[in-house]
Amino acid sequence: MEGVGNYRVGQYPDILELRDVACVRGARTLFSGVTCQLRPGELLRVRGANGAGKTSLLRMLCGLLEPTQGQVLWRGQNIAGLKEEFSAGLIYLGHAAALKDDLTPLENLQVACTLAAQPLALADARRALEDAGLRGHQNTQVRRLSQGQRRRSALALLALAQTQVRWAPLWVLDEPFNALDADACTWLAGLIKAQLDRAGTVVLTSHQDVPLGNSGDAGDAPHQVLAL
Amino acid sequence: MKAFLAASSGENAAFPGVLQGIRCVLVRDLRIALRRRADTLAALIFFVMVVSLFPLAIGPEAALLRTIAPGVVWVAALLASMLSLVRMFADDYQDGTLEQMLLSAHPLALLVLGKIAAHWLGSGLLLALVSPLLALQFDLSPAATGVLVASLLLGTPVLSLIGAIGAALTVGLRGAGVLLSLLVLPLCIPVLIFGAGSVQAHHAGLDISGYFSLLGAFLALTLVGAPLAAAAALRIAIE
Repeated sequence: MEGVGNYRVGQYPDILELRDVACVRGARTLFSGVTCQLRPGELLRVRGANGAGKTSLLRMLCGLLEPTQGQVLWRGQNIAGLKEEFSAGLIYLGHAAALKDDLTPLENLQVACTLAAQPLALADARRALEDAGLRGHQNTQVRRLSQGQRRRSALALLALAQTQVRWAPLWVLDEPFNALDADACTWLAGLIKAQLDRAGTVVLTSHQDVPLGNSGDAGDAPHQVLAL
Repeated sequence: MKAFLAASSGENAAFPGVLQGIRCVLVRDLRIALRRRADTLAALIFFVMVVSLFPLAIGPEAALLRTIAPGVVWVAALLASMLSLVRMFADDYQDGTLEQMLLSAHPLALLVLGKIAAHWLGSGLLLALVSPLLALQFDLSPAATGVLVASLLLGTPVLSLIGAIGAALTVGLRGAGVLLSLLVLPLCIPVLIFGAGSVQAHHAGLDISGYFSLLGAFLALTLVGAPLAAAAALRIAIE
């Protein structure tokens, strides 16, 4: 597989590995003994009832939450030791859209990319927001956007991967299909598919079935399900 | 000069993180502050009101007012900068941007430093710039006013820096405001003593360089230590 953007694939494959991970919140054990390995081009869908610890697991994958037991490995190294090196190759979209209400989608997108040390040209940002269906709203403050438009604005970060401006081998998405209309769901499914085709890795939680199956050639998108 | 510029830009290319991260957060927060002017103005008006209440309550005794002026202005500045401190990380925590800062490719301490700088520009700097007007109410001489402004300029950044540690420790807690004040106010006492003390020493005709050296030392110490401490506190608080 060729390297994409300024990311070189090859020395060590982009493998994400959970080794016997457990999560204890307060006195409750949410899950334990979670072990799985995710290779480039694979999708992991985390399933579970409300409160089963899906979000906690995702936050552990990002290094926001330390596993009570076990470890998370990226390219064979514990992510706790990798810090910024690991974050640079990660896109995490949590429950909250991570948008500043007082800024426009354009400004939000530029800040997000600068924080990832991949500054963004204005033209690229505009194109990504147009892809996300926010044409005409690029300079509207986020507080004036609808819930779905806010989600689209947050997801525009993923659209940048297509133009290889903000390439990240690992996407961690918490309920990405929430609040999206049918069009946007198809669009997002396409983005995820493209990320997998680029040998990227995607981890997501979703209550509904990931609509990747409807796109016809779902067979070549390796798909793991982790039930908590 | 050209060679120096080329060299420094080359250095920037090699370490894009250092300035880029600070600048990005600083510009973002200033932009937000500009769009929510009411919040910034509220702290400023609070400062002006509190300071103005003293001459009204105590009466027009010039000598007494001159004596209490530095203390009153400094205490009011401390309280006014507490007001906006609560929201330093709380807003970011709520809308999820704090998590993104933790997952940034830039060191968190530098991003925190950017936030602190933005906080100071929106509070401490404005308070220092307004204080000459308030000094008029206390019949301070122009020279004493100059010392007061200089002490505020040197001391208020320390308040923002120490405050950031408290704000980071209390992020996401209920009733964070009161807890934050209880944590931060005692730590600010040395700054208060030497800040107000410098103006009093000037009144008494003493040398004030010692006071400013100490304020400068506080600033140097917290400038290095506070962002690191606040970053560590944020990592714990966000879990």
